[in-house]
Amino acid sequence: MSVCATSMRKLFAGCALLVLAQAAPAAAEDLGLGVVPTPEQIAGWDKDIRPDGVGLPDGSGTAEEGEPLYLEKCAYCHGDFGEGVGRWPVLAGGFDTLSEQWPEGRPEKTVGSYWPYSSTLFDYIWRAMPFPEPKSLTPDEVYAISAYILYLNDLVEYDQRLDKTNFAQIEMPNRDGFIMDPRPDVPIPEKPCMKDCPVDTTVIGRAGQVEGATPGEDVQPAGIEMYLGE
Amino acid sequence: MSHERDPKRDGLAVARRRFLSAVAASGAAAGLTGLVRPAQAANPDNLPPNEPEWARVLGPGVDDRGYGLPSIYEKHVKRRWVPWLTASSESTVNFTPLQDLHGFVTPNGVCFERHHSGRAEIDPEDHRLIIHGLVDKPLMFTVEDLKRMPSESHFYFCECAANSGMEWRNAQLNGVQFTHGMVHCVHWTGVPLRVLFEQTGLKPNAKWVLAEGADGAAMTRSIPMEKALDDCLVAYAQNGEALRPEQGYPIRLVVPGFEANMWVKWLRRLEVGDQAWYHREETSKYTDLLPSGKAYIFSWVMEAKSVITFPCPEKPLNGPGYYSVRGLAWSGRGRITRVDVSFDGGRNWQTAKLQDPVYPKCLTRFEIPWRWNGERALLVSRAIDETGYVQPTMYELQKVRGVESVYHNNGQQVWEVKPSGEVENVRLRYVNA
Repeated sequence: MSVCATSMRKLFAGCALLVLAQAAPAAAEDLGLGVVPTPEQIAGWDKDIRPDGVGLPDGSGTAEEGEPLYLEKCAYCHGDFGEGVGRWPVLAGGFDTLSEQWPEGRPEKTVGSYWPYSSTLFDYIWRAMPFPEPKSLTPDEVYAISAYILYLNDLVEYDQRLDKTNFAQIEMPNRDGFIMDPRPDVPIPEKPCMKDCPVDTTVIGRAGQVEGATPGEDVQPAGIEMYLGE
Repeated sequence: MSHERDPKRDGLAVARRRFLSAVAASGAAAGLTGLVRPAQAANPDNLPPNEPEWARVLGPGVDDRGYGLPSIYEKHVKRRWVPWLTASSESTVNFTPLQDLHGFVTPNGVCFERHHSGRAEIDPEDHRLIIHGLVDKPLMFTVEDLKRMPSESHFYFCECAANSGMEWRNAQLNGVQFTHGMVHCVHWTGVPLRVLFEQTGLKPNAKWVLAEGADGAAMTRSIPMEKALDDCLVAYAQNGEALRPEQGYPIRLVVPGFEANMWVKWLRRLEVGDQAWYHREETSKYTDLLPSGKAYIFSWVMEAKSVITFPCPEKPLNGPGYYSVRGLAWSGRGRITRVDVSFDGGRNWQTAKLQDPVYPKCLTRFEIPWRWNGERALLVSRAIDETGYVQPTMYELQKVRGVESVYHNNGQQVWEVKPSGEVENVRLRYVNA
């Protein structure tokens, strides 16, 4: 806001645009509503972690320390080796599968194969896991469990100690696997065809023949994988 | 190292066991109601020339129901879920019954639910919204504070990025509730984020907002400041009453036109920063994997989409004759300007009538008359929005995105009407002949 004073805004359109894009109007009336939270109140809720490691708490852990914790608190959904139980998320492996497509194969998006930043792993476990007891883990436990999951993905050594100085430095294999949204990405016809359009209307799939998929039939779908995520 | 666990070890193990057995039970409850209701035979005693039974009795008084409920004859109008789709009922989705709705407003009780850690039940007295980070003055608000501030009310659709996600590979679910029911549209009332940030002030490098929910999953998403100041709301009401708990009571974020995952429910914290947080829901989830192995990230906007809601697999035709074919269209980029409907799988198209009102980033109802001759037909709709964007066929979409991207499937939906009047979700080859 301080970049563009109100008088300058009238002079420089570019500056005005910057103001619109980045900051709220300056001369708003103080409504006198709300209170200034104490630093302790903010700190109690401000537990998120950024890719550069900002937000990582004091404490430390190793995969070795994390293994028993993981087996007790995580493995009943994610499997002893991060392979996933039932439809719960797979955490390990899946390397070199991201370009696979049904029906020849399927991509396995795991912490190791897909996640671009290690910070995300700490952040998520710290604020949202274990699923039935979120926010119950100490920083040491989160470091240790995170280390064990990274170890299952061959990204850290079993006895490597992780803390706020080195956790965010771990290089994730799919760090460069993402493209900023380029949509609209499908070619747009200038004038959509209205009459005698050259399309092949042969039916190549029928939902009525996918046994057990649609609720109302008490059957698990056979031979189809339609994983939505969790 | 033994992997054996002693289930009696401590109280937490008991809680965990209870949780796991609840998961098992929910998995067993797979059988849901049939989709097509058989035509009910009327009771001739209630038809002319007889006086029906309700015309010969005294009904319940105004003290009978403090809060009204739908007719007992509308019990089939409800959210449904697909038990096999996900691991548990706490972290999954149910679907809006689009086949039973009229106009463009979704009734509060049937708006689809998507939770990541179950439904939070929050006492508004115990809820706070903290705004902090790159602001001049951090502030903490009660729900009552927010209700005293200048408000806005708008109709916006809210669509999960995974709506139609099960249809990428082929036609899979035989019902419009399941193929398109992760969308709803209500009248939101709340405080613009712009007004809140006027109160806190923003530092010059304030470029991103992290929104966090108060539920167990502590849902977080990074929202660009430009969008936050444009049209985002902290909403406390939907369709004229307080938000429903499953929609984020007491407050949720409304991010018009963007994927519903960003509309953080049970909102408790807005942190202003100079960069995105790249949290789980915006990296490992809600990114669109392509055949190249690369994935779109920050794919926020919901592109134009439409679907015919009558007829549909749940609402078959009852013999040849006149029908008003109806559907819904919407675009995250603005207003719907046109919807075309084809009765022959996309060879020939007619432009449907859009019902007033047509609002930006809002469901729009379209309708077209049809005299069905009783022969097989392939019904398709195609939406066009004010940017000139045309809803693609599944073939066109798959050519660019493959079939593994899960999210943002806005391809054209084809219904096959059979001579019997039954309707099936089908996939056409669609390669340009």
